[in-house]
Amino acid sequence: MPAPIRLRELIRTIRTARTQAEEREMIQKECAAIRSSFREEDNTYRCRNVAKLLYMHMLGYPAHFGQLECLKLIASQKFTDKRIGYLGAMLLLDERQDVHLLMTNCIKNDLNHSTQYVQGLSLCTLGCMGSSEMCRDLAGEVEKLLKTSNSYLRKKAALCAVHVIRKVPELMEMFLPATKNLLSEKNHGVLHTSVVLLTEMCERSPDMLSHFRKLVPQLVRILKNLIMSGYSPEHDVSGISDPFLQVRILRLLRILGKGDDDSSEAMNDILAQVATNTETSKNVGNAILYETVLTIMDIKSESGLRVLAINILGRFLLNNDKNIRYVALTSLLKTVQTDHNAVQRHRSTIVDCLKDLDVSIKRRAMELSFALVNGNNIRGMMKELLYFLDSCDPDFKADCASGIFLAAEKYAPSKRWHIDTIMRVLTTAGSYVRDDSVPNLIQLITNSVEMHAYTVQRLYKALLDDISQQPLVQVASWCIGEYGDLLVSGQCEEEEPIQVSEDEVLDVLEGLLVSNLSTPVTRAYSLTAIMKLSTRFSSVNRIKKVVSIYGSSIDVELQQRAVEYNALFKKYDHMRPALLERMPIMEKTASNGPTDIVQTNGETDSTILDTKHLPNITQPASQANDLLDLLGGNDVVPVIQTTVPTKPASAGGELLDLLGDLSLTGGPTPTPAPSVPMSQPSFLLDGLTSQPLFNDIAAVIPPMTAYNKNGLKIEFTFERSNPNPNIAVITIHATNSSEADMTEFVFQAAVPKTFQLQLLSPSSNVVPALNQGSVTQVIRVLNPQKQQLRMRIKLTYTHKGSPVQDLAEVNNFPPQSWQ
Amino acid sequence: MQFMLLFSRQGKLRLQKWYVPLCDKEKKKITRELVQTVLARKPKMCSFLEWRDLKIVYKRYASLYFCCAIEDQDNELITLEIIHRYVELLDKYFGSVCELDIIFNFEKAYFILDEFLLGGEAQETSKKNVLKAIEQADLLQEEAETPRSVLEEIGLT
Repeated sequence: MPAPIRLRELIRTIRTARTQAEEREMIQKECAAIRSSFREEDNTYRCRNVAKLLYMHMLGYPAHFGQLECLKLIASQKFTDKRIGYLGAMLLLDERQDVHLLMTNCIKNDLNHSTQYVQGLSLCTLGCMGSSEMCRDLAGEVEKLLKTSNSYLRKKAALCAVHVIRKVPELMEMFLPATKNLLSEKNHGVLHTSVVLLTEMCERSPDMLSHFRKLVPQLVRILKNLIMSGYSPEHDVSGISDPFLQVRILRLLRILGKGDDDSSEAMNDILAQVATNTETSKNVGNAILYETVLTIMDIKSESGLRVLAINILGRFLLNNDKNIRYVALTSLLKTVQTDHNAVQRHRSTIVDCLKDLDVSIKRRAMELSFALVNGNNIRGMMKELLYFLDSCDPDFKADCASGIFLAAEKYAPSKRWHIDTIMRVLTTAGSYVRDDSVPNLIQLITNSVEMHAYTVQRLYKALLDDISQQPLVQVASWCIGEYGDLLVSGQCEEEEPIQVSEDEVLDVLEGLLVSNLSTPVTRAYSLTAIMKLSTRFSSVNRIKKVVSIYGSSIDVELQQRAVEYNALFKKYDHMRPALLERMPIMEKTASNGPTDIVQTNGETDSTILDTKHLPNITQPASQANDLLDLLGGNDVVPVIQTTVPTKPASAGGELLDLLGDLSLTGGPTPTPAPSVPMSQPSFLLDGLTSQPLFNDIAAVIPPMTAYNKNGLKIEFTFERSNPNPNIAVITIHATNSSEADMTEFVFQAAVPKTFQLQLLSPSSNVVPALNQGSVTQVIRVLNPQKQQLRMRIKLTYTHKGSPVQDLAEVNNFPPQSWQ
Repeated sequence: MQFMLLFSRQGKLRLQKWYVPLCDKEKKKITRELVQTVLARKPKMCSFLEWRDLKIVYKRYASLYFCCAIEDQDNELITLEIIHRYVELLDKYFGSVCELDIIFNFEKAYFILDEFLLGGEAQETSKKNVLKAIEQADLLQEEAETPRSVLEEIGLT
């Protein structure tokens, strides 16, 4: 058999292939030759063949049949063989194949080889891909080499030990004695790898961490020497002495100083020195500064040092190098919670980064900008953020819109500004906003009574411009339905009132109904809006016509509404004004609370929670449905459940309370409310003509604020436990509007003797600052005697370093929570 | 460091060093995805990107991309320096290194990398020492080779 071709020749040949198929052919031919050569157990050319195989493997072709050959090469005495053999092992073998264990013995022998380069090869292979079994077997050898005086081997042994510890953490103890005088080495390679080893041990074991704290002075000294010593050609990088070692030492110092006052103090000086003396013109200097800043922020450094660190980051932000800016933004994001004021100083630079071309930088800048928004800078920041929203990538728009809504909600300087801002978001990024923004906005508008005219006017104008953004269209049609009379009468105070006639308004709403751009949900909104206008406008006939047309719409939802509105015109006209009255002010729930009614389609537009004395309809559309169902207007089985996803029990209770003389089981029962109308339609009819009470079918126990002091606000939301109606499930939401986190937060509650209380575990014990999150905890209260619920609560937490304790009585529980 | 990849502008892999145990299929998948992602980056963009749960640091030298995957707590800027140091070592060894050198001498590129990094961390911070070690190892290799060719020459294979 002719000698197998050389590696270089093979590479050259393969590179001449013009197509993938040609290449594959050549490779297959060569693989066949190599295979037969392997079969012949040819020692001379094994090395060459494996090398060729490795090349083909890199091109993506299978090379598993070479695995055993690598082992044979490793076992050979020739250095060339070993070199390629170990390389092959690292490339072709991994711990998943049992074959790799055969290496163990070879490696063991080679670890004790007379030639240091062979020892080096085996250490390298073990440290790169050694499995846990191999590590267990060979840890002893590695430990021995860790103590050798040969620095070439010592440094490799140190990193090999790191790998062993990562694979088999229990073996860490074993290396402890060998670490005793690692740091007294002069050789930088050994120093560097020793620091890595110490870092690994400290990260994994708190005991090791406390043990190695005593090394802090030594580390500080080494670092100082590096900085102060003159030019050392061997380790110099752009005028800085061994930056790799400096960075590693800084990182180890960070771990050792974290949470420990003494160590932190010992490093204050050197950190200040590094921070001020390091050259910043090249990347290498900035790398060291970056690590220094991370260390300063993590340990218990004095405030002057922290300010220095933040200023360094601020300077980074102005650097021309994009990488540096990116790193600065990332670090600032980590520190914005704890050093908020210091970061605020760099706000304008951060906002400028929003205009950067790089996607990663833009994202960081956006996150940081939201973290920096507060009551003082809200106007300016919002301008920038809205501009950003206009021009950013679609991936960002959803997050940006949500962030803007949140910020606007928290810090809006005026209602008008709030509404303007939300409108701006809806017009620019309407299709990317979250589903619940529509009901939230509607609630906001309803509650800003004085802005109704202004709002409806602006929304109307926006509709004239563009009807493609569904959330905007939905909010606009809802508003026009509610406040159309204000629009037509031209009552706007905030800006120049426009002249609009009833017909024009109806034109617009009808246009929405027929437009291809409108989704079914939007159409439902506009139909309802048109219906509402029947009590506010005088052109009732036109409205009647529109409504009757849609009685035969293909869309079942529209059809149902239209038919019912028709019925409203025909048979129940006397009820129409009451049904379609103006919406009352809605109580705001804790956003995303568990008891939020989530009606994701447009049927019911808001979360209705105010159940007290509502003579009006709170949900005209669905209530009309319910009503007509109850009255047996259709043959449709009245399934109140579907339109009322929560609290049928209390709803039933409501009805029963009000209608008194029904012979159903007293007290709120979990039996579904539909049974009520089905069995007693006549009673209800009577009840309805005398009392307009179509409220509360969707009633929920309203939430309440139990405590609000010093920035800590605790809200209670309620649920009835279905199997046992005597148990009220209260969820507390604790939010913190102050600027510092409240840590170690503990909520305790006590109730009078007739009650029983069960407190479940809280979601966490840190209430983040600036309302950026909440702590929730569930309380179950058993109230068999149905007495009025009272509670005494005790709050303990740590705020800005000092412990706070407070007691309070909670007496304002809504009646529904204990009846 | 979890792994380092070298690839050309056309996406051809020139070197792959893995410091975490993964099966071949997984390695291929990661390589393919990452190469695609990095090649899609515009020249003015920054050298760092977040990919899966790793930080990717990459730099282009002539026609080759050097790409490293580091963990959350690693320093991106010093990783750039590590990449640069490796390029310097290759440059010194090959004398004005170009992609072809790495293609035809890939095993040497690996040897150099293995003298500079071990288990994903730098083992030697002095350029001189790394190159010296490689030089010595090369010499050792040559010494091992020569006796055989002498024997061959005088016909005593």
